[in-house]
Amino acid sequence: MLDLLAQTGLNAVYAASYISLVAVGLVLIFGVMGVINFAHGELFMAGAYAIVALYAGLNVPFFLAVAAGLLFVGCLGLLMEKALFRPLKDNPLGGLVASIGFLMILQALAVMGFGVRMVHIPPVTQEVIAFSEKVRLPVARLYVIIAAIVLLSALWYFLKRTKFGWALRASAQDPEAAALQGISITQTARIAMFIGAGLAGIAGALTAPLVSVNPHMGHSVIVTAFIVIIVGGVGSLEGAIVASVAYALVHTFVTTFWDGVLADIVGLSLMLLVLIVKPTGLFGSADRA
Amino acid sequence: MPKFLIWIAALAALIALPHGLSFSQQEILVFLTINVLLVASYRLLTLTGEWSLGHVVIMGVGAYSSALLTKKLGVYVPVSMLLGGVIAALIAVLLSFPLFRMKGFYFLIGSFAAGEIIRLLWKRFRDPFGGAKGIKGIDPMPDFSVGFYQFDFFEPTSYYYFAGVVVAVCLWILWRIEKSPVGLTFHAVHWQDKLAQASGVNVRAYRTLAFAIASGFAGISGALLAHYVGTINPNAFDIDLMVFVLTWAIVGGTATFYGPILGCVVLTVINEVVLRELGLEQMRPLIYGAIMILSILFLPNGLESIVQKLTKRRAAGGAPERSPAE
Repeated sequence: MLDLLAQTGLNAVYAASYISLVAVGLVLIFGVMGVINFAHGELFMAGAYAIVALYAGLNVPFFLAVAAGLLFVGCLGLLMEKALFRPLKDNPLGGLVASIGFLMILQALAVMGFGVRMVHIPPVTQEVIAFSEKVRLPVARLYVIIAAIVLLSALWYFLKRTKFGWALRASAQDPEAAALQGISITQTARIAMFIGAGLAGIAGALTAPLVSVNPHMGHSVIVTAFIVIIVGGVGSLEGAIVASVAYALVHTFVTTFWDGVLADIVGLSLMLLVLIVKPTGLFGSADRA
Repeated sequence: MPKFLIWIAALAALIALPHGLSFSQQEILVFLTINVLLVASYRLLTLTGEWSLGHVVIMGVGAYSSALLTKKLGVYVPVSMLLGGVIAALIAVLLSFPLFRMKGFYFLIGSFAAGEIIRLLWKRFRDPFGGAKGIKGIDPMPDFSVGFYQFDFFEPTSYYYFAGVVVAVCLWILWRIEKSPVGLTFHAVHWQDKLAQASGVNVRAYRTLAFAIASGFAGISGALLAHYVGTINPNAFDIDLMVFVLTWAIVGGTATFYGPILGCVVLTVINEVVLRELGLEQMRPLIYGAIMILSILFLPNGLESIVQKLTKRRAAGGAPERSPAE
């Protein structure tokens, strides 16, 4: 029993890692641009397909392929910012519809390029860290956990300690006042979009060898990310990370001891409860939206 | 009266329409007719300013209710369809208690969560909802004859006529509601909620009323669907269809009654007929997505704004328009 608990805890830490990478990106984009990026799950999917194309297809070394995936998806984010979100700045529903359109295009491209079926990716490493007979952590999962800790710490440093970070947070709080102080809103939007999309991309790339990669994999990712950002409080990065951990724990334990559908119901009910009791989320202030 | 003649001509065209189509196109026509009711009922909800992501699940509530009523209790099919709508409206009233504590973006996400919970409950509980496989062998609409026409519901054409009449009646009711004092109050709740409240309008009650009526008609459209296809499952009412409804409404425009219907018809024809005929099966979602993006970028007030420009040239002035969505 103790083994099972420890193993489930490890699984939850792994799940929390990639969920928080996706959710933090979504929060960053929402905070700075004020749009809900429905295509965020598909950016995750694009990162996974970068691994399919480069690592499984062209035998590029795994970590090089991950870096390429990060850049590729980050650039997709820049494209979205320039082509969709900037022209639709004054039309919140417009940004939502445009991101849905973009999502369909990305899905269709994945189907056309790689087929509908799931793709097999050769494992990066077979190594397993065995804490005991039944408690094991595959090293491939450890990579995801390390990446999440390193990247989120770097992001925290960037946002709180650098000049760019100050500018970014300023334009998230009050775009007009920030613009009056000489901050380029377009520039901060570009940076936020690149980082936000890139985080989703790297999460997709790192988890690609561990999950079934298919054109529709973004769906469950975006639902999870929504739950997490609502529970954590829209616009709060710390909230998103704490909520990711909490959600991953609850979801993993309910899945292990009951079943997956029930875990989804519990997750959504938690979100609804937070919306009813404290719509700004556990860590949110009523800054935006 | 030329306007009267236009209506007669439109009616004749709608009656003649299925006879010029292939079997699969006739089936699409039936789905299109049902979706017209779905999107028109969605507009009633948007009148009060709220955009829900749970509307398709509410449609599913109507479908599941009607299917279970006929299967388990042996209720006569047309009656069960009506009851499906009533149950959908009641569920909406229940949901309104938590959901109308929220507004705007939070309502959008909250309605999504509530809808997903209902949908997952269908998936989780095999008895009575049939689990992931759903309900099979739903009783079809019993055949009947109205003298000059024999309804045979294995024919899509017959079901198209039947659904067409039901949808037309529902649309007429929705239109009457919108033009009634109640409908005007819905507008007031959206655009001047503080003023409406100060004038003694119970804003919450009117929002709930709009939600319940819209859900009732969505439920009827779901029941129409269930008794046509004969099988329903949780995935038939997932977010994908919801996204389509949202797109129809936004691409068509929600300032007029016909806007969302126009969006639904035009996008369905492009998606199902034109792209399919051109043999672009795999590229359909790609082109559809591109159309969505282009129309929101270059036609932010929807297809209806084109129609308004054309008709305004003919009859200067006319009814005051709602300003485009906030």
